Amino acid sequence: MAEMEKTAAPAQEAPAAPVKKAPKPVSPGTAALRKVVSDVYAAAWEAKKAGRPVGWSSSKFPCEIAEALDLAVVYPENQAAGIGAQHDGERMCQAAEDMGYDADICGYARISLAYSAGVETTNESRRMPQPDFVLCCNNICNCMTKWYENIARMHNIPLIMIDVPYNNEVTVSDSQVAYIRGQFDDAIKQLEVIAGKKMDPARFEHACECANRTAKAWLKVCDYLQYKPAPMSGFDLFNHMADVVTARGKVETAEAFELLASELEEHVKNGTTTTPFPEQYRIMFEGIPCWPNLKALFKPLKANGVNVTAVVYAPAFGFVYDDLDSMARAYCKAPNSVCIEQGVDWREGICRDNKVDGVLVHYNRSCKPWSGYMAEMQRRFTEDLGIPCAGFDGDQADPRNFNEAQYLTRVQGLVEAMEQNAKNKAAKEG
Amino acid sequence: MSIESIVKEFQAVAASPARQLDNYKAAGKKVIGVLPYYAPEELVYAAGMVPMGIWGSNTKTISKAKEYCATFYCTIAQLALEMLLDGTMDKLDGVITPTICDTLRPMSQNIRVSMKKLNKMPTIFLAHPQNRKPAYGLKFCIDQYTNVKTALEEISGAPITDEALKEAIKVYNASRAARREFVKLAGEHCDVITPTLRSAVLKAAWFMLKDEYTAKLNELNAELKALPVCDWKGTKVVTSGIICDNPTLLKIFEDNHIAIAADDVAHESRSFRVDVPENDDPMMALALQFAAQDYDVLLYDEHSSSNRRGEYVANLVKESGAQGLVLFMQQFCDPEEMEYPYLKKALDAAGVPHIKLGVDQQMRDFGQASTAIQAFADVLEMAK
Repeated sequence: MAEMEKTAAPAQEAPAAPVKKAPKPVSPGTAALRKVVSDVYAAAWEAKKAGRPVGWSSSKFPCEIAEALDLAVVYPENQAAGIGAQHDGERMCQAAEDMGYDADICGYARISLAYSAGVETTNESRRMPQPDFVLCCNNICNCMTKWYENIARMHNIPLIMIDVPYNNEVTVSDSQVAYIRGQFDDAIKQLEVIAGKKMDPARFEHACECANRTAKAWLKVCDYLQYKPAPMSGFDLFNHMADVVTARGKVETAEAFELLASELEEHVKNGTTTTPFPEQYRIMFEGIPCWPNLKALFKPLKANGVNVTAVVYAPAFGFVYDDLDSMARAYCKAPNSVCIEQGVDWREGICRDNKVDGVLVHYNRSCKPWSGYMAEMQRRFTEDLGIPCAGFDGDQADPRNFNEAQYLTRVQGLVEAMEQNAKNKAAKEG
Repeated sequence: MSIESIVKEFQAVAASPARQLDNYKAAGKKVIGVLPYYAPEELVYAAGMVPMGIWGSNTKTISKAKEYCATFYCTIAQLALEMLLDGTMDKLDGVITPTICDTLRPMSQNIRVSMKKLNKMPTIFLAHPQNRKPAYGLKFCIDQYTNVKTALEEISGAPITDEALKEAIKVYNASRAARREFVKLAGEHCDVITPTLRSAVLKAAWFMLKDEYTAKLNELNAELKALPVCDWKGTKVVTSGIICDNPTLLKIFEDNHIAIAADDVAHESRSFRVDVPENDDPMMALALQFAAQDYDVLLYDEHSSSNRRGEYVANLVKESGAQGLVLFMQQFCDPEEMEYPYLKKALDAAGVPHIKLGVDQQMRDFGQASTAIQAFADVLEMAK
């Protein structure tokens, strides 16, 4: 749980927080994944100290370009998640509200805007240098566009924008690919100016290879949730998302996921699991977790033997492609940029493959595009898969929007419905 | 016709879009609903159909839309869905759903899915490009508009010719020019054109064929022009936000002798600031118009490192002779909320006082707004 906040800070700029209790031992794969993320933050501090430009990037901006140009890049969404998980989200959100940003704005954006304006976080492992340029891709949301424009204005720095229009169809049209490809070509030119050098095609190819390898290894790790019992909890995937967000284009990330996959393979062979309770029910957790409330989220699931064996991030970050055009096509397929049929198909696919008994839906106050068609999706899950769904209100970063009592009631309701479903199934099977 | 009688006609149209829909249908016209923002209405007009704006409602309550939406979505979008679900819009022959904000993205899906389930009208999807000026942005915009055009042709049963589209562009440019002129005249004759009347005149444009509307508006403009510029003793503001068409709320302005000098409102001036070039390629012309849209919270600003929009709005206040700005902050509107701190910064730097009024379309109690506006009137008086 909550591994995102445990990565080390760069020694010179932000000393590691004092250790309060001995950390739980982790596997070599998990340790390698944590190191990858720590290294991303450390590299950004090193670049800043050396006078090289540092970028802030949205999580689904094509990282391959900056990687090929050796530009140091950090990721505000990962930072905000880490700050939220370390219980500094509310204070940072309030700081943004004091600056005039409404409390209804995405919690990640509020945390990031406060940090950008100079409000320091108590989560030392998530401190990062202020940006010299920003990379925005709005395939996740339009909020991202204005969020990054605000940062560009605060620092008077260039913004490189990749606009991915919302898609109403399952397929990505050639028209959309051409539009995004045009923007890729412009983004490369703009970043070459910032990097002060031309992009080496071989380095770009290498970054793409690494990103593909990472995506495949990530998907392989996610697929281990299909086993019954699962060799891990889906909550672990939330933690490992930090790596796919911040370091998709690095070979170390691919290697770390491959190492984790081999550990999971061993667990499957031995019939063991890292889930700290016997698995009685399997669910899909829909949406981004409430980072500030991870313990509260996990507790009733553990108490009822409910393991999360499906999360939408599995297919959502599995970008696999073989050239710039197919890369453009791949980046069109973010969770909030696809039509409802595609969204349902992804989710029902992993629900079937990972054999879930129910769905727990997070109505996330911070994420309007995500939560905006969940009611219809819930109906489809129940209709198509015959499984119960329960929704609860929460927030990915602002704990004021989460009510533990409501959450407990909803989990209880879901468990009872899954129990009844299981009984009915058993009775039917005779 | 007298000013009073023309304005009354506009008021009647603004107050009862359902009757307009009935009338157009009774006259054998097909009618297409158009959600915000920036849908190319010219295509609907060129297809011989009537575009009808859907910007929520000040009188309805969200009920059926709850089956699709969580609570934290703007009431404009939720009430638009409500009216599509509850029968109010059943006579529409189609609806265009743009997707330029984070609420409209999933709402386009909810509308498509629900209309199909209920065997209602076809939906026409539209995704604008944000990188709209480069050649690839223009091309994508044309592609999207072509999809809209094809869908409209299916509904109307006939192709939209270039000639018809060029004619529609002329009609719409004339309408935009007339509305810009009206806004200016309304500011000069604020003793006659009160905030509620101003709103009704501009709102009626969303529910009328533009040639009919423009003819009537030109009549009104001519009457206004003939009047001497009024010696306004009250104060003046610029309004800003997505929509501010609630008559009860606008009446509070009148009660406090506050006139509207100009606006930066999506439902009003933002929708008619930019004309379409009248050239040989009408589809490209429409894309060029969208590319030229600017100073809007909904649109990517390629010069984002400077505070262009904030400064533009602050200048608008100065140039219009207003003493301050009233921001109608639509609840749950991320784009407006995200741009507020920098709007405030620009207004403060220009010495323009402002208030931010939190509003939504289910607002029924205006006590708090009334107090805030009353107090602001005193501030404005001092700024005169």
